[in-house]
Amino acid sequence: MSKSVDNLEKIRKSLSRRNRAEKRFRLYGVTAVLIGLAAVMLLFTDIVSKGHGAFRIAYLQLDITYDQDLIGIDNLTDPQQLALGNWQAMPKVALRNQFPDVSGRKDKRSLYGLVSNGAGFDLKDRLLENPLLLGDSETLWVLADDDIDTYYKSWLDGEPYDARLTAKQVAWIHELHDQGKLRLQFNSNLFTRGDSREPEQAGIRGAVMGSLLTLILTLLLSFPIGVSAAIYLEEFAPKNAWTDFIEVNINNLAAVPSIIFGLLGLAIFINFFHVPRSVPIVGGLVLTLMTLPTIIITSRAAIKSVPPSIREAALGMGASKYQMVLHHVLPLALPGMLTGAIIGMAQALGESAPLLMIGMVAFIVDIPGGFSDPATVLPVQIFLWADSPERAFIEKTSAAIMVLLSFLIIMNTSAVWLRKRLERRW
Amino acid sequence: MNQNASTAGTKPAKDAKPEAMQTLELTDNEATVGQCFTDKPKMSMRNVNVFYEDKQAIHDVSVDIAKNEVIAMIGPSGCGKSTFLRSLNRMNDTVDGCRVEGKICMDGEDLYAPKLDVVELRARVGIVFQKPNPFPKSIYDNVAYGPKLHGLADSRVDLDEIVEKSLRKASLWDEVKERLHQAGTGLSGGQQQRLYIARAIAVSPEMILMDEPCSALDPIATAKIEELIEELSENFTIAIVTHSMQQAARVSHRTAYFHLGRLIEVNPTEQVFTMPAHRLTEAYITGRFG
Repeated sequence: MSKSVDNLEKIRKSLSRRNRAEKRFRLYGVTAVLIGLAAVMLLFTDIVSKGHGAFRIAYLQLDITYDQDLIGIDNLTDPQQLALGNWQAMPKVALRNQFPDVSGRKDKRSLYGLVSNGAGFDLKDRLLENPLLLGDSETLWVLADDDIDTYYKSWLDGEPYDARLTAKQVAWIHELHDQGKLRLQFNSNLFTRGDSREPEQAGIRGAVMGSLLTLILTLLLSFPIGVSAAIYLEEFAPKNAWTDFIEVNINNLAAVPSIIFGLLGLAIFINFFHVPRSVPIVGGLVLTLMTLPTIIITSRAAIKSVPPSIREAALGMGASKYQMVLHHVLPLALPGMLTGAIIGMAQALGESAPLLMIGMVAFIVDIPGGFSDPATVLPVQIFLWADSPERAFIEKTSAAIMVLLSFLIIMNTSAVWLRKRLERRW
Repeated sequence: MNQNASTAGTKPAKDAKPEAMQTLELTDNEATVGQCFTDKPKMSMRNVNVFYEDKQAIHDVSVDIAKNEVIAMIGPSGCGKSTFLRSLNRMNDTVDGCRVEGKICMDGEDLYAPKLDVVELRARVGIVFQKPNPFPKSIYDNVAYGPKLHGLADSRVDLDEIVEKSLRKASLWDEVKERLHQAGTGLSGGQQQRLYIARAIAVSPEMILMDEPCSALDPIATAKIEELIEELSENFTIAIVTHSMQQAARVSHRTAYFHLGRLIEVNPTEQVFTMPAHRLTEAYITGRFG
């Protein structure tokens, strides 16, 4: 009797100790989660605070005259005239009209520096779309130079940055601002244009298209190959030293630094098979090599998680192994496989190192239209911009990171959604 | 027949313990006692040995199963009764490192002949496992799966008919006819197990193997399955592995007792439970081990 009372006493004592331990353990967990969240928040705030400005850009309002003599053109269908036309003269003249008392070469040149040196070509495109404008004039918002844009935004934020501007330019900017002829507009260039040396003209369209084409190829190659390999290894292959060896190697491949895959791609696809460099084909092939182990491993895990009782039941019904896999294992494992594939794709989307090796780091202005056009990808674009000296590229870099992150978030969310959607319970 | 058997189960166990332990040792090459063979067997096994890698799970088992007979296999855990059952429709093929020696024939045809197609064999010898595991599909599709697999139905109407017939035979029809196209996983445990049986009989097998079909069920569901087994024995030959001696006594015509991979005794069920012929059988049914 006293013995059992004794035991109860002991249990109670240990109980309070155990409860304390449990509370402590939970606290560690909560702290860990909070640290993780704080890191993510820090990253996001930093990127958003740096990058949000890039979605708006400075425009000047100018009275543009499409003067034939000024441009030196009389026929809008003659490609030679179009190529030689002095398009930039239009915004220059408009600026001179705006500030008539500016004289002297130096001052004029700094006045011309207010507009983007791509403004003339924008006007050319507009003229080609509306040929009737030739000889006419209109009031237009014209893209400002990146230095003006940088100064204007920093001035609006209360910390003017005028290191790259002359005092006169600053005065002109304020005059234009006071007249309501300088303002920030949505920066559609960011999403519609390819890369450029001029920050105000640079966009991520080329990189996004490059990423898209590369990823499509990666998915088309790695998903079927990866899933077939996983099914064979899990369901059909005999368990022997060979398959053990293969398994170890697949796991090793998943841990190989991605730049090695780039070197491999350079040596094999480009130098041996003579696939052209810098194109989505070779990028897709390299990323396929890199993603395959991930897809094989996650697919095998998904196949393994199908209860063996389902397999036995199917075989017991007289299904052949192939039918068992096709009718039962595959449908049940598919959500897991898709999740794995999407995570692999997200990895591939964020990968830059292997692509540097195969020439996808080139400066490419044109937006790729197919798998064999030279292209770059989003992370490489970020790398290129981060490396550029112009101050305006800082916010552009962050903006590109925001775009990349939102793609990643969309992909990962769809992975979760797909899994929830397709998951069947038994 | 062993004379000790008639005085079974009345000894005071305490005093006799050392002696009893000694007699319960299994000696090598002990032959199966009882009525192993029949004149016209549905299935006949001769000198069957089953190995997992190097470990021998079944030692030299020879027995016949008659047509439309219900034979129960009992024995302590790990005695090899399930392994033996699974070797009857070659489900052991799916286990790596499993090897079957000896001869297993159905209607005189060697089941382990190289040219025999296991898919055909499993259509002829269905199996029902311990855990009810409906495919994650509708009730209808669960039952229709086998006939579709083997192309047994010529038309949709035909298939409907097979499904209804199978569900009726498994006495599940009345409970599910309103919700044939709902998930099979939504049924109760007992219903799921009957669905499993309906699925197995939908391909009209000649023989049904059951591996502890009631071990996951409550007594009421168990009673229904047992009733069902009795009805099914009119059309099918049934081999059932069970760890419940009462169940074996209730449903089977003959009972086979396995011990450490050896078939110890096969006799008509009544005789096994009232006058076991072997001392090990007696020890088992009186609860001295198991």
